[in-house]
Amino acid sequence: MPAPTTQIINVRVLLFASYADRLGLESVRVALPASATVADALDHVRSLPGGDQVPPRPLCAVNLAHAGLDTGLAEGDEVALLPPLAGG
Amino acid sequence: MSFLSLSPIEPATLVARVESPAYGGVASFLGLVRNHHGGRAVRRLEYSAYGAMAEAECARIVAEAESRWPVRVALAHRIGALEIGDIAVAVATAGAHRDEAFAACRFVIEEVKRRVPIWKKEFYQDGAVAWVDPTRASASHEVLGT
Repeated sequence: MPAPTTQIINVRVLLFASYADRLGLESVRVALPASATVADALDHVRSLPGGDQVPPRPLCAVNLAHAGLDTGLAEGDEVALLPPLAGG
Repeated sequence: MSFLSLSPIEPATLVARVESPAYGGVASFLGLVRNHHGGRAVRRLEYSAYGAMAEAECARIVAEAESRWPVRVALAHRIGALEIGDIAVAVATAGAHRDEAFAACRFVIEEVKRRVPIWKKEFYQDGAVAWVDPTRASASHEVLGT
């Protein structure tokens, strides 16, 4: 039996406002298993220097729409971690 | 359609976009930059956005309002550096009668505040700067420094 191959997907995670300030980054490329969710991308960001300042359950978006932490990701997806919104 | 604006918002332009001979009721809401927040004197502020998503979310909100009520909706949100009294956000709605115009106008501004990825950095009279966090009841801002 052939060994199972682990498929990898690449996603871009965008950071804004206070989160971008805290990490000193506006975007980061993350390689994840093909089964990854938004929560996995978040875990990666929170492991970066300053990432512990991003809360465990921030507002998130995938491909320009609000998305939950359990949303599945695909190759090329654009994930965004959104600090508390303050428009209007 | 672009909902985000780097230049000043002209309310009359929004109203003109929704007016129609069939519509007898026009409602509008203007959100202005306040000179105080959480007991602190505000000197000016800066709005930033996740531009592509903010545009998409504004379009969804307008579409939802126009499908829920028989109205036409215009919406604009300012981005960049604003002074006290500047218009930060403007909504205009028009319908045959006032009920649907008021209801849709209220819906749109509430959904904009709840869903559109825009952030506000306040610059205070005492020199401090902070990102505004409406989810914090008392300490409503995270101070970046003075």
